[in-house]
Amino acid sequence: MTAGTLSAPIAPSDTRTGRRDGFGQLLRAEWTKFRTVRGWVIGMIVAALLTVLMGLFAAANVNIGCDINGQQNSGRGCEPYVPLGPGGEAVQDSFYFIHQPLAGNGTITAQIVSLTGEHVVLTGPQQATNNGPDMTAGLMPWSKAGVMIKENTKRGSAYAAMLITGSHGVRMQYNYTGDVAGMPGAVTASSPRWLRLTRSGDTITGYDSADGSHWTKVGSAHLALSSTVQIGLFATSPSYVQTSTSFGGSSNNGGPSQATGTFDHVSVSGSAPANNWTGEAIGGGGPVTGPGSQGGAPTGPLTQPYHPSDGRFTATGSGDIAPLVGDAQGAPTATVEQSLTGAFIGLIAVVVVATMFFTAEYRRGLIRTTLAATPGRGAVLAAKAIVAGLVAFVAGLVACTVALAVGVPMERGKGEFILPVSTLTEARVVVGTAALLAVAAVFAVAIGAVMRRSAVAVTTVIVAIVLPFLLTVLNVFPSGVANWVMRLTPAAGFAIQQSIPHYSQVLTASNVARGTYPLPPYAGFAVLCCYAAAALGLAFFLLRRRDA
Amino acid sequence: MSEALHAEWTKLRSLSGTSWLLVAIAVLTAAVSTAAVAATHCPASMSCPVDTTKLSLTGVEFGQAVVAILAVLAISSEYSCGMIRTTLSAVPRRTVVLAAKAAVITALVMTAALAAVAGSVLAGRLILPGHGFTTARGFAALSLADGPTLRAAAGSVLYLALIGVLSLGVAMILRDSAVAIGSVLGVLYLFPIIIGLIGNEQWQHRLQRWTPVSAGLAIQATKNMRSLPISPWSGLGVLAIWAGAALLAGGITFRLRDA
Repeated sequence: MTAGTLSAPIAPSDTRTGRRDGFGQLLRAEWTKFRTVRGWVIGMIVAALLTVLMGLFAAANVNIGCDINGQQNSGRGCEPYVPLGPGGEAVQDSFYFIHQPLAGNGTITAQIVSLTGEHVVLTGPQQATNNGPDMTAGLMPWSKAGVMIKENTKRGSAYAAMLITGSHGVRMQYNYTGDVAGMPGAVTASSPRWLRLTRSGDTITGYDSADGSHWTKVGSAHLALSSTVQIGLFATSPSYVQTSTSFGGSSNNGGPSQATGTFDHVSVSGSAPANNWTGEAIGGGGPVTGPGSQGGAPTGPLTQPYHPSDGRFTATGSGDIAPLVGDAQGAPTATVEQSLTGAFIGLIAVVVVATMFFTAEYRRGLIRTTLAATPGRGAVLAAKAIVAGLVAFVAGLVACTVALAVGVPMERGKGEFILPVSTLTEARVVVGTAALLAVAAVFAVAIGAVMRRSAVAVTTVIVAIVLPFLLTVLNVFPSGVANWVMRLTPAAGFAIQQSIPHYSQVLTASNVARGTYPLPPYAGFAVLCCYAAAALGLAFFLLRRRDA
Repeated sequence: MSEALHAEWTKLRSLSGTSWLLVAIAVLTAAVSTAAVAATHCPASMSCPVDTTKLSLTGVEFGQAVVAILAVLAISSEYSCGMIRTTLSAVPRRTVVLAAKAAVITALVMTAALAAVAGSVLAGRLILPGHGFTTARGFAALSLADGPTLRAAAGSVLYLALIGVLSLGVAMILRDSAVAIGSVLGVLYLFPIIIGLIGNEQWQHRLQRWTPVSAGLAIQATKNMRSLPISPWSGLGVLAIWAGAALLAGGITFRLRDA
């Protein structure tokens, strides 16, 4: 890529119409300038190629190895079984379920009198006993127990549940992603909670109550259910995770936790209440310690969940019923946007070319010709921004489409589990990344017009977009500060690449290296757009004020 | 040679941009370091595995971009205005021109880097004890009398000087300021990002050992020395190889091409 020489003057007039200063004409003039500088065109093509190559390089170097029962495996042999929810998303579905079949419509009501929990001890020497790892009392914020109606006992099947949580009160949750808040506050012996679920056709409605007689509707869900479903009580508790962030790396340390729910006044009404309860650990979601566990490995099925002595049920479970997200502990975490890492290379090339698109005019004195032909300086700026933005968008779109379309199947073929997302989300990630490059190009054109000197302008734009991202990836800042950095700097725009949404019912730290951002995709992208708009405004102001 | 040095010194000194950039190296580096230090707290209940020396020198990540601008402009501005032809008429030996430029830039960058690093270490020394990093908890106040801290601080000055040489070499090859600065910043910032995002640990380790920034900044580490991918001075050596190779390639293209 050698220095660009600007030689093509803009077309002075349109011979067909005789109009001199239409905006379309100006766009054509700027496009002519762009395409006739060989270095710029080559620069954009190289940017696109490097973006694709980087993605393919990462995919080609995926190495999956595992040890299953003492046997070395690799590639697809290691692929974990990950259940998919009714919406097609990867889910976690592990809990302890005391259930019985229900044919047709019906209702389950239960009073939950206590929710207690334990989690693994992480500090000090680990003393694993025959009963499992060393545990200490403590509930997780999203430990949960309650009543549930579930299509069947297969992981990933449709369900709706009314539940009490460790510190988020009563909730109605359904089909892994749905989450509606009910009564606030924790459950204690003096203030038990009553939970009720009613099935009527495909509609499940949840109610809560403090006294068992005054009921409040929490929400309702429409599920695709068979005529016979499983109805019952459940408990589960997500892993206990301690994140320690230090300079140059953060490490997650964690282990299992378990929650025990105690139920009273359990009643099932409906067309076929069988009163034939079975306790079963779904997806290995049984208790971690105590009877039924084997040295920490939860097992099932269990017997005698029902305590005839006092008429109560207890359910102890471990795991979670929630969507699987990018930085879950011990879970497969690859996402589709990881094949777009190369976009950073493309970004730098786009910024260089877009900056030169303006600064080169000053270096060669072409700006005087340009402004003589089009005295409206705002129009010149707009035309340049549009041409640079469109070129960057097209180059980015082609590169990202190829990188994703080739890279993702390649990684899947090598046994990498990539969290599945809808085609619409994939399209948003690809088009969003191309738009990110386009907005960066507009930003660069504007800063080029403000600074006029290419070295300073290029550095300003690259440092503004890339450095905050880098410092966050390197964990230079503690997570609170890092979140603000990723909200307020132009680097926020990378949020448009996040394919797995944030769920408030899954505890995750936003971790840019693992692809989770503090802002939702479009909000983050809007932040970058604001910077570009502000730079355009400043450029317009200075262009009008200064002599060329 | 001394006349060539004097000529390069005059050219750089008489540009108003140079002094601004030198001030920017010192001030912005110290400012980013101060911000990083000010943002880090160690609550009483937690153990904080923080390398306070490295944290206090965070600004170097930023300062290197300004060093790159300074070094790139020293070459590319001569090409953009045709000054290079005058320079070569006065001093026809191109090796001498390049050596003089490299010497003057290195000296200037080291001066500014000295102020930048001193400011950064001072910020760490003054702010960190108030944020929970006390002597009682095993964090001695930063002091240049401490061997590893002195090595990290002096090494950071050398690091910035080597980044200047690297940028000079790249600018000599590419001549155009925008392309040169884009390439230098790409080398500086892309590798660490790729290391952070790539899943393959083997490649991660390779890149940490052999890319200029990740290897070079190993000089700042004073804790967990065993887990470093490359030892501090070898890391700086890797950067020196990059800088030397860039300067050599720049020198060869300088000799082979017309100005």
